[in-house]
Amino acid sequence: MLNGLLAGSYYLLIALGLSLIFSLGGIVNLAHGAFYAIGAYLAVSIGSSLGFTGAVLLSPIVVGLLGVVVERLLFRRFYKADPSLSLLLTFGLAMVAEQALRMIYGAPPLSWSIPPELRGQVFIGDFVYPRYRLLILAVAVTCVAALWFLLQRTPFGRVVRAGVQNPDMVGALGISLEPYMGAIAFLGIGLAGLAGVMLAPIFAIHPAMGAEIITSAFVVVVIGGLGSFWGVVLAALVVGVTKGVVTAAGYPQYSEAAIYLLMLLVLLLRPRGLFGERILRFE
Amino acid sequence: MNELVDTRRRVIVGASAALAAVGFPALIRAQSDVIRIGHLTPRTGFLGPLGEYAVQAADMAVAELNAAGGVNGRKIELLKEDSVNPQTASTKAERMIERDKVACIIGEISSASCLTISQVAERTRTLFINTGGNSDELRGKGCKKFMFHIESQNSMYVKTCGRSLMAQGLVKGKTWFSLTADYAFGHDLLRVSKRFMAANGGNFSADKLVPTDVTDFSPLLLEIRSAKPDLVISNLAGNQITNFLKQYSEFGLNFPVAGFGFDTALAWAAGPTNFLGTWPVVWHHMIDTPASKKFVADFTKIYGRPPENQAWGDYNAIKLTAQAMIETKSTESIKLVEHFEKGAKFGLMKTREGYFRKSDHQMMHEMYTVQALPAAEAKNKYDIFRSSAPVPAANESLEVIATTAEENECKMA
Repeated sequence: MLNGLLAGSYYLLIALGLSLIFSLGGIVNLAHGAFYAIGAYLAVSIGSSLGFTGAVLLSPIVVGLLGVVVERLLFRRFYKADPSLSLLLTFGLAMVAEQALRMIYGAPPLSWSIPPELRGQVFIGDFVYPRYRLLILAVAVTCVAALWFLLQRTPFGRVVRAGVQNPDMVGALGISLEPYMGAIAFLGIGLAGLAGVMLAPIFAIHPAMGAEIITSAFVVVVIGGLGSFWGVVLAALVVGVTKGVVTAAGYPQYSEAAIYLLMLLVLLLRPRGLFGERILRFE
Repeated sequence: MNELVDTRRRVIVGASAALAAVGFPALIRAQSDVIRIGHLTPRTGFLGPLGEYAVQAADMAVAELNAAGGVNGRKIELLKEDSVNPQTASTKAERMIERDKVACIIGEISSASCLTISQVAERTRTLFINTGGNSDELRGKGCKKFMFHIESQNSMYVKTCGRSLMAQGLVKGKTWFSLTADYAFGHDLLRVSKRFMAANGGNFSADKLVPTDVTDFSPLLLEIRSAKPDLVISNLAGNQITNFLKQYSEFGLNFPVAGFGFDTALAWAAGPTNFLGTWPVVWHHMIDTPASKKFVADFTKIYGRPPENQAWGDYNAIKLTAQAMIETKSTESIKLVEHFEKGAKFGLMKTREGYFRKSDHQMMHEMYTVQALPAAEAKNKYDIFRSSAPVPAANESLEVIATTAEENECKMA
């Protein structure tokens, strides 16, 4: 149970960026998982010369900048288009990215480990937990707090939130959303890169690792509700706990199915997700 | 007039010649100039990492054969495809056999895809050599006259590793906690490992099925910790093994670990600090025979890293097929099948030659167990384990590690 809550933090990092980009631009970014994979691979490349800290600091920034480029060159053309077109675009992008990783780094998984100073476990009574996972949790919590502050307490956040609700009105007020979209792409995709770096030491690093995690992230966004910040946070925890509880109950083989069942239930009862706001242009 | 007829005739002749050149070149060439071999293996998905070794080794084998003048004076052409999943695998096998007229199909890692390919092979009477699917069922209930297995069956893996576990005192009266990949291969392996435990006086405290797309093992690791087993057994597959090893060491658990399904690349991906335990393999890059050393050196020269067991499988499958084609002076599947069934011997880079057992078409050959070295003793990122002597020992029959006549349910048509 407790482990499930902690496990939710992995989905959180990825789902937050996914939700941000969708809320503001209406783009369902199927390539989000690919940026997570790129983050992990870059971490291995950067980490070999600059160490773990260098990788954690640099890799998300590089991935974020890559996101800005993709936003400028590709996403920007699809904000007003039929959502199915951007779906095709990002699906294609995900395949190109996966194959590119395969061509550059090869298909066999790369090896990268937790740095020795972060190894070890923390014991709380009978419960044991790796120090490294607590670090991931801390990073996730920091990101959530920083993002919340940015969106709720700064002028930047006000414009973004207004843009989510009604981009035309924002335009009519003389505010161009374009630079905001670039910034959101940097943040959202950079977060996927950060998730890639943080998870690389404990997961297998292989070209399809993005495809592995993207479905769970989507389930989180759908359960949480579009445009809802806390919805995504809560959904990530709920998904983590569901998987954990089903596994602990002795049925790990059903843990994946359980989260889809959960999504089905939520959609039946609350079609907009747990905390989904009514956003006119997506109705 | 005559001239006109003549011109017309020339046009028709020219046109049909052109058509022949455009429409049927593949067919004509396939039958006269080259021998086509179809290679199918997963290149994406959770087995994709191993597929790349298979493809690289197959390419290398064909290049070597062609450089030496081909087979019976004909060059080999390798058609390679990603088998993706069991359905796609069978569709592609069908297309290779019926449209491209391949002489045989070689490859595969997934036991589930082996099964669908073998059905196509049997129906079209085309030789299929399985290089990576381990399920006993493929050699048992699912055995086929046209399917041969250079990859060892699950029973051989379990009995090979089991010997080493018995020597370490981890079987009799001990409890095991096993994690099993939730698909055809895993289910089969779990069945075989339970049979081994029942026969040798051990118990399972728990056996958990793990979906192939699970990446986070933390709930299971916490469960293992509270179950306090004598041994943790991995019946996992592909990237699951790497994820499991990385997280097992992250959680700092110290129960002994062993596995019944293994690929060296997955240990390399886990890295020297995370790799631990006892594992069975069909071949590894540190085997001390001249043929193995040459293979490792040649492969490393081309691809910049040593080959692993999957590379061994596909390389040797192609080489032994070529050898059989030369020995029978034929590329006909039925002739090759008969040749194999007569017990033809093949080199396989080990100390003893191997042969396909007639009863179930399983390659009888030596296997090894590897034992992870402490991280400090690993010389580089590849030499991270030490190997046992070949199993079975030199004075034993090669068949002692395979399924017994009672265990085997194969009825060849």
